[in-house]
Amino acid sequence: MSTASIAPRHTRTRWIDLDAAGALVLALAWIAPLLFAAWAAFHTPHAAVSFDLTAPWTLENFATAWERAPWLRYVFNTVMLVTIVLAGQLVLCTLAGFAFARFAFPGRDVVFILVLLQLFILPEVLIVENYAIVSKLGLADTVFGIGLPYMASAFGIFLLRQAFKSVPKELEEAARIEGCSWAGVLWKVYVPAARPTYLAYALVSVATHWNNFLWPLVITNSVETRPLTVGLSLFGAPESGVNISVISAATLLTIAPLLVAFLIFQRQFVQAFLRAGIR
Amino acid sequence: MTAGRSHETRRYALYGWLLLTPAVALMSLFAFIPAGATAWASLFSRGTNRRPAHFAGLDNYTQLFADPTFAKVVTNNLLYAGVTIPVSTAIALGMALWANARIPARGFVRAAYFTPTMLPMIAAANLWLFFYTPGIGVIDKIAGLFGFGPTNWLGQPDTALWAIIVVTIWKESGFFMIFYLAALQTIPPDLHEAARIEGAGRWTYTRRVLLPLLMPTTLFILVNALINSVKLIDHLFILTKGGPDNASKLILYWIWEMAFSYFDAPHAAAMTVLVLIVLGIVAAIQFRVIDRRAHYR
Repeated sequence: MSTASIAPRHTRTRWIDLDAAGALVLALAWIAPLLFAAWAAFHTPHAAVSFDLTAPWTLENFATAWERAPWLRYVFNTVMLVTIVLAGQLVLCTLAGFAFARFAFPGRDVVFILVLLQLFILPEVLIVENYAIVSKLGLADTVFGIGLPYMASAFGIFLLRQAFKSVPKELEEAARIEGCSWAGVLWKVYVPAARPTYLAYALVSVATHWNNFLWPLVITNSVETRPLTVGLSLFGAPESGVNISVISAATLLTIAPLLVAFLIFQRQFVQAFLRAGIR
Repeated sequence: MTAGRSHETRRYALYGWLLLTPAVALMSLFAFIPAGATAWASLFSRGTNRRPAHFAGLDNYTQLFADPTFAKVVTNNLLYAGVTIPVSTAIALGMALWANARIPARGFVRAAYFTPTMLPMIAAANLWLFFYTPGIGVIDKIAGLFGFGPTNWLGQPDTALWAIIVVTIWKESGFFMIFYLAALQTIPPDLHEAARIEGAGRWTYTRRVLLPLLMPTTLFILVNALINSVKLIDHLFILTKGGPDNASKLILYWIWEMAFSYFDAPHAAAMTVLVLIVLGIVAAIQFRVIDRRAHYR
């Protein structure tokens, strides 16, 4: 930055300092709820609410939370759910995105508008009818049943169409000359070229479905299918009579996997977003 | 030659449709058919053991409009949207500008802003419960330092909805920041340089150069925030359950409650149709804007 010659040096430095301070204060405010939950989770409820800094740390709350609910089962269900949803989305959205990006056929634009329209028909709003449909298919209270309504994702189709469209036609032609079929072209040219988009989309999808609550609440009815979020909401219900420290411990337990993954992949995550051109 | 060409065209059309079929089938099954079914169901009365459901025309709608809860819930949701959309968009922009600036601990700052996005709303609500607990919660502790008495933030009609709004803003701002951040990185640094040489201050640069360039991103974020103002209701289940006295009840929560607590599917369907109509209008407006700006093409 060669701005020193234009703006007096000290003004510039002061701005940076103010910015840095503001940014830090906001950052601390933003993670404060998490910090306080961590504080509460490692202390007795009494020490937690009195903010007694000298109070001893304890793992008691985690032990209590752990034995009061089948967390491992919930984690397993959630992992199954996000995997099934993502696998379905990747296949369906790749095929549909490819069709929209590279095939001209009658009715394409009408169908594309319908896809865009689906961005606004939220599955959450249609819980009543979707519940009826999934039940009729015999998939109520199954992990597959939770995931099915989300597999044809308009957002995914849209993103992949964009990514495929930006692939130079020459690459495709080169592959065709070497004798690739349509499937080969898709698999060897388009899918690798869209990798940042896939990564960004996968991260968004996993985070969304790891955290989804209303639809799983409606469609699940047993420990064998319930994801973490629904399990956590039952655990924290006032009727269950657990205290704030135990709730905090359970909350930290449930968010730990995703949070750790995020902290590890943070750079790739942001990078994937930037390269995918999602904006 | 012509025959070969049309043969080719037909083959392309066939491939295109084959590729689309699975996605279109599922989309119809879980979006278009249920939307139609909901509209149809909203025209029938609630069936009981004695009296089966019968065609009721628009009765469900008139009953809905006559219900004081309807007015309350719609007003709540309008306030919820009216506050969370602009505030979280503005905070997201501020965050992105900071997270993009050369400041110390930038990695930490970015991560901190983004963290709430990674948390389930249910977990976030649990965290905030600790903040809002009257007397012993963090907010009341801090207020106590300044001599204020305990406040039942979640338990009184005046503050319950605002407590919900704060959690929503906290949750979604960091997500929107990412989109602004992505857009900011595509803006060439020369522009900033040029503006400085022209003598433009920081505020002028932001208002005259950055904001217009970020306009497509802002539109995208606004639409997403609008959708969230319908969709983000999970924290109600933990924090207030819509109470006290419907003070913090939002539309989608009410739909869930009517359908799955009171088993009143027809009125839930009527309310759903109203939401779909509003979303459809938003979609239409957005497509027109997109067409004009050609941003997505």
